[in-house]
Formats: sequence, structure tokens, C-alpha cells
Amino acid sequence: MKKVKDTASYLYLGLIFLFLYAPILVLIVLSFNDSMSRTIWGGFTFKWYANLTSNDSIMDALGTTIRITLASSILATILGTSAAIGIHYMKKRHAAIMLGATNIPLLNADIVTGISLMLLFTRFTPLGEFSVVLAHIAFSVPYVIFNVLPRLQSLSEACFEAAMDLGATPWYAFYKVVWPEIFPGVLSGFLMALTMSLDDFTITYFTKGAGVNTLSTMLYTQLRKGIQPELYALSTILFLLAFVMLLATNFKGNSKKEVAEK
Amino acid sequence: MINRLRTSFLATPYAVWILICTILPLFYILGYAITTPEGSFTLSNLTAIADPVHLSSLWLSIKVAFVTTIICLVLAYPVALILHNLKISNKGFVVFLFILPMWMNFMLRILAWQIILSNNGILNSILSAIGLPTVHILYTKAAVTLGMVYDFLPYMILPIYNALSKINDSVIEAAADLGANWWTTFTKITIPLSRDGILSGIIMVFVPALSSFVVSNLLGGGKVLLIGNVIEQEFTLARNWNLGSGLSIILMIFVLVSMSIMNRLDDSENGGMLV
Amino acid sequence: MKKKAIILLNIFTVLLANCFFLTGCGSDAESTDTLVVLNYGKYIEADVLKRFEKETGIKVKYEEYESVEDMYAKYKAGSINYDVICTSDYMIETMRNEGELIPIDYNSLPNYKNIDPAIIEASEAFDPSHKYTVPYFYGTVGILYNTKMVDEETVSSWKSLWDPAYKNQIVMINSQRDAFMVAQEVLGYDINTTNKEQLDDTFNLLCDEKQYVYAYLQDETYECMISEDAAMAVCYSGEAAMGMEYNEDLAYTVPKEGGNLWIDSWFVPRTCKHYDAAMKWIDFMCEEEAATENFEYVWYATPNMEVAKHEDEETLADETVFPTKETLERCKLYEAYDNDTLDYTTTLWKKLKAY
Repeated sequence: MKKVKDTASYLYLGLIFLFLYAPILVLIVLSFNDSMSRTIWGGFTFKWYANLTSNDSIMDALGTTIRITLASSILATILGTSAAIGIHYMKKRHAAIMLGATNIPLLNADIVTGISLMLLFTRFTPLGEFSVVLAHIAFSVPYVIFNVLPRLQSLSEACFEAAMDLGATPWYAFYKVVWPEIFPGVLSGFLMALTMSLDDFTITYFTKGAGVNTLSTMLYTQLRKGIQPELYALSTILFLLAFVMLLATNFKGNSKKEVAEK
Repeated sequence: MINRLRTSFLATPYAVWILICTILPLFYILGYAITTPEGSFTLSNLTAIADPVHLSSLWLSIKVAFVTTIICLVLAYPVALILHNLKISNKGFVVFLFILPMWMNFMLRILAWQIILSNNGILNSILSAIGLPTVHILYTKAAVTLGMVYDFLPYMILPIYNALSKINDSVIEAAADLGANWWTTFTKITIPLSRDGILSGIIMVFVPALSSFVVSNLLGGGKVLLIGNVIEQEFTLARNWNLGSGLSIILMIFVLVSMSIMNRLDDSENGGMLV
Repeated sequence: MKKKAIILLNIFTVLLANCFFLTGCGSDAESTDTLVVLNYGKYIEADVLKRFEKETGIKVKYEEYESVEDMYAKYKAGSINYDVICTSDYMIETMRNEGELIPIDYNSLPNYKNIDPAIIEASEAFDPSHKYTVPYFYGTVGILYNTKMVDEETVSSWKSLWDPAYKNQIVMINSQRDAFMVAQEVLGYDINTTNKEQLDDTFNLLCDEKQYVYAYLQDETYECMISEDAAMAVCYSGEAAMGMEYNEDLAYTVPKEGGNLWIDSWFVPRTCKHYDAAMKWIDFMCEEEAATENFEYVWYATPNMEVAKHEDEETLADETVFPTKETLERCKLYEAYDNDTLDYTTTLWKKLKAY
């Protein structure tokens, strides 16, 4: 009986993974397709991978994407973490106001956020890469805050106070007691900000300056007219990189655990 | 002793940030919403929601978002439960597998669904190869719903999984010891204790599904007009920013109302927190 | 706790300042020799762009848009100052009426002589005294069909798009102006009609068609036809040519009722900050070699007469790419709608989609 249940469980998980990964398989297959059309199989080729680095416009967009994503997610993490700590220790009423405002970018349709930010930016700064970074911070900060806050809430204040009573400075007590507890939240907030920024199209589209292209905006203009197959190749590489990184951290985690168990 | 005043000072940069990058842009939108293109005051952009076209697309959006949320919930709960009961050391790894697809560009993934679902697509090739009748899915409401379920499923799985992992296993054991069968334990203990996760999952799926427009653009074949599409087209195609802003304000109010209904269901401590 | 706050704040300000500094530098550099170009997506050969930068030393900021409406929205948003734009006839007329165009100095365009006088004459429909535009590409709207599924006789009329036999096999064009044109040709109305009753009839006829339509698509039509997901599709000639490259069962026709001839042209908008560079750009687009490379990439009819020298008989005789005289005779250019009609048709279009 137990076995049947286990098999059914694994089968179900397998089906869900198939659902989530089927489109990715399709895209990986397309990256080896020797045809400019996405609906015809023209034979197997590596040429899109080989051509990739010599395609200036794609390399340009990749560079821009990496700069924007890193800058915005790092800044959003710093801003969001300090905000979460601040909000946590605020008076309840003030905290509620801050959280309400924090929810706005999450509730607004992307297009409204994008356009309203564009209206704002055009008054004060020329649109360029920097305006996109600002816009990305604006929509990713909430994810950081909402990842860090629950960690703070489950933190027992007693530990912190005990540390202080034992003579630790507030900074030292924070570093030794609070930080290790909230770190997973900060990390997942950062990763979420990173992912959101990487995947965003709408907001980037409205807040970017002339000639600034991220992979998403580049894809959008090509979506209808036929995508340069090099982009499939690049996406495959990016995806596999993320996958390998995940595997690596997994094994590192494993070996650490084993050492600890010994 | 934590000094409230001094630590809440940490939120100051963020408070300034909110004012400039969240509140101020909202006023811009509001400004557009209550004026005509010529600049005089009007409420017609807000009352425009009563227009049959806008009403029907809002209704369609609600239906699609609702169905999407239900399907996500039904698919996600067993996943979260199985993950929770999984007897392997590295659950984090499996959980991450649900976020990983997001590292492939969203539009490319939706494009791949076009290839899978089209009349002569992969799905129909498989169906006809095993002797089943082919289906016409692409460019229908079903395709749009499928795309949304695909896109938002991880947002449902993760909060439920988180909520489940917070449940103390001894509570469930206690229930079993007291003679409750699996079903009773599940309905009387597991579900109520994971309610927070379910609620935030519902919110994280329903809200973006309600305002989404890219999925319906790509999988709806121009035949499925959601309220998100109407707003997008007012800003781009019809160049009526005032009407677009008015409708977005209505959509926002609508979202806020449904959220507050949700939050009333959620009587827990962190009721003010939406995600 | 205070220390921590100060440290965090410091990090934050330093990082912010860094960003400002970096972008500050960027914007200084751009005021020298740059050019902001706005064009349709995939409407230029990448090497031509590179060669222009190398030969003139001008740095090009190249922006792409998807549809005419996207272009107008981007331009009107006013967030970017474009120097030179390429778009379609009736939109140019709209913008000319709004006073958004700056006259072109034709004397500074030595390669302008390569442009076919017939096309220049045709473009006087939207640029009457020919002061503002230089043609880039032109083409028609017609039906791309699969000869295995539809015979030539059927598609010789736009009415075939209302044939119940092809339910879910018809791809309609996802552009309000073009879709209206198709229905108006069936009804025998003028494609530039502003009569509200006629527009209502057009709308009703299109609503009637919706039940047979597989999808409303714009530029991805050819992919849909290559894979034989649909039997016939309303699309632009260049796209049809592209589809026929990949699937030899496809054919293209402009039905007997008539259709639309469109001309995409370069113009200089009021926001132009680098007029001389813009002239160099337009002249470069008219140059023999650049025009040839662009033609071989885009596959729409080029108004550049020198391109013919580089193409073989077969290409030049391709009626899909180069419409014949008879085809052109039954095609008309769009005229810009007045604001009232524009609003009215936009609402009808929205109604059709929601219907």
C-alpha cells in the first residue's frame, strides 16, 4: 500500500515537472535547429552557439541585462533588508502604512507601474540604463521585504536581549544573533529580485532609453518577426548555467552535511 | 531593549523611496485618470468601466483568473504535500527546481507553448501518433488559461510548501495517536494549519492573473481580450492615456477590494501582510 | 544599531552616487556624434548598420518598434528624442498634419537619384509637395494561401475569408486598418471611407468572420503558414515571400477587388537633435550597396533602382516581392483618418476583439 502511494507521488511530481519543463525542452531543441523558422526542423547544428559571441547586438543586450539585473537586485536587497528591519521595529500603525505602500507595486499591473515610472523619470532624468535600474529596484524591493520580514517575526527577541545583557554591543548582537537568522530570507529575497529583474519585460520596455536593449526587450521586437536562433542558444546556456550552479550548491550542501554528521 | 526610534530609522531611505517611486507615480496616473486629453476635470475615464466592452473583458479576466487560481491550487497542494513528506536530505534542491524555469525568458517559454499547442504542433502530433483525435487549443481561452497556470504555478506551490514545513509534525502524530484517520487529519489539521500559505498563494496567483496581458497576447491570437489587454491597448494602440489610467485605477480598486475580502478570511497575526 | 544604519546608508549612497556618475559620463559622451534611429523590428541588415558607423564615425542608437501604433506611442511619450524615423504612409500623414515633421534637405542626399520616381510620385499621397520623406520599402496586403488546401480560384476574392469550409483555418491580420480594408473591399466601399454607417457595416462583417478565424496575427503569420496550421492568411507581401522561401506549397495573391499599397519612408521628426547625421543616414540607406543588402534581408519591394543590377531574373520576376502593374493599379494607399474617425474605428476594433 505504502509503495503504491509512493509511486503515485513520484509519478505526480514527474508529471508536474514535465509540464514545467516541456517548453524548456522545446527551446533547447530549437537552439540546435538548422533553420531560421521555428516550425521547421532543418537538421542538427551547433552554428548558433558558434555564432553567438560574434553577434554584437546579442552580446550587447546580454551585457546590459547583466548590469541592470545585478545592480538592481543588489541595491534592492540592501534597501529592502534595512527597510524590513526598520519596519519590524516600528509602531504597528506606521508599519501597516509602510507595508500597504510596499504592496502597491505588487498589486499594480506591470504596464501601469511601467508607464507611471516613465512619466516620473522623464521629468527628472534622461531615460537610459539608469532609469531601468531604478524601475527594477522599485518592483523588486517588495519581494526582498516580504522575504526578510517573516524571518524577523519568527525571531525571538529574547535572544537579542540576552546577548545585550551579556554585554554585546547592539551591532555585535545584531551580527551574531539577528543576521544568521534573517540571512536565508535576505538570500531568497535577493534571488527573487534577481529572477524578477531578469524576467521583466513590460517595465523595462517603458523606462529604457534609446538604444538600450535587454534580452527581454530584444526578444519582444523579434518575437513577431522571427527570433534570431542565437537567442535560443544563449537562453539554453543561461539556463544550464543556473542549473549547474544549483547542482553545485546542492553538492556542496551535501558534503558539508556529511562532514557534520561524522 | 531595542530602541524603536533608532532602529526604525533604518527604514528612512525606504520611506523616501516609497514616496518618490511608488506614491508619486500613482499621482501621475491619478492625474491622467481624472482629466480629459485636453486637461479639464472629468470622471468619465473611471465610469468608462461600465461600457459593455470593458465590462465583458473585466468579467472574462475575473473568470480566467479564477479558473487559473483554482487549477493552480488543485495542482499545487498535492505537490507541496508530497515535497513535504519527501524522505530525502535535500528538499531545498527539489524546491528550487520549481523556480529554475524562470531562468529561461518568460516570453520564450510562452512561445514554446505556441509550438506545442498549435494545430500541427507537438501535442497534436503525439495525439495522432497514438491514435487519438487532435485538439484545437491554441488561440482559445483554454490556451490562455493554460499559459497562466504554467506561469503562476510556482507562486502557489512555494507558499503552501513553506506553510506546511512550519507545521509541527508532532501535532499530526498526536492526531493519529488519538485515532484520527488520514482524511480527518488532513482536513482538520493539515489544511487549517496551512491556510496562510494557501491564502498567500491564491493572492500571488489571482492578482497577476487578473492584470496580465502578455500571455493572452501570445496564446490568445488576438481573440481573447482581457482587461489587461484593454489597458495596454489604450496606452499603445488607442493612445488614450487618460482612459488607460482611469481603467487601471478601477482595476487597482478592484484588486484592493478582493484583497481585503481575502484578508478578512485570514485572521492570523500578520493579516496586514499580503505576500 | 545606529552604526549599522550609518554603514548601510553609506553603502547605499555610495552605490547610488556611482550609478549617477556612470550614467553622467554616458550622457556626456552621447552629445557628440550620435544618431537616434527608430525603425520597424528586423527592418535592416545588421552589417549595414555597422558599416554606417564605421564609415561616418557616427554612433547609432538603434531602436525598434513593432507596429505603427507602437511607434507613435513611443514618439508621443516624448521620453526619447529621435533623430530619424521610418514608418508607414498614413502615420506619416497624421504626423505631418500635426506639424511633427522637418523638411528634408534633398541636396545633401547624393544617392537620392537611385529612388524610383514612380514611387516618389505615389508617396505624394501622404507627402503632397514631397518635402518630408524618402521611401525605404513598399509592398501590398494580400492573401497568403496553401495550394494544397485552397485553390487559386477561391482566393481570387476576399470573400474566401468568410468561407465556413475553412473554419479555424483562416488567419486574419491583427491590424485595425488592414482588417477594415479587407471587409471594405468585400462590401465595395472605399478603403478610406469615414462614413459611420459604412464603418458600422465593416464592423458587422468582421464580427461575422470572427467565428471562422483561427487567430488575429500580424508578423508571426508566416510561421503559422509554414507549419500549415492554417490554410490562408491575410498578410504583407514581404512576409508572404518569407513564408514561400520555406514552404513551396504557399502562394500569394492580391484579390481581384483590390487592396492596399503601402510605402514605408524615412522622415525627420521635430525632436531631431542631429540633423546632419540624420541626412547622412538617409543618404546611406539610398546607397546602392546598402539598399541591396537590406533588400536581401527584408524581402520587401525596394524603391531603389540600382538594386536590380545585383539580383537575378527570378527574383526580379517574383510578383510577390515586386507587385505587377496590374496589381498596383487595383491597390490604393491609406489616407490618415481624422481624429473623430480614428476614435470611432479604434472603438469598433476593440468591440470586435471583445465580441
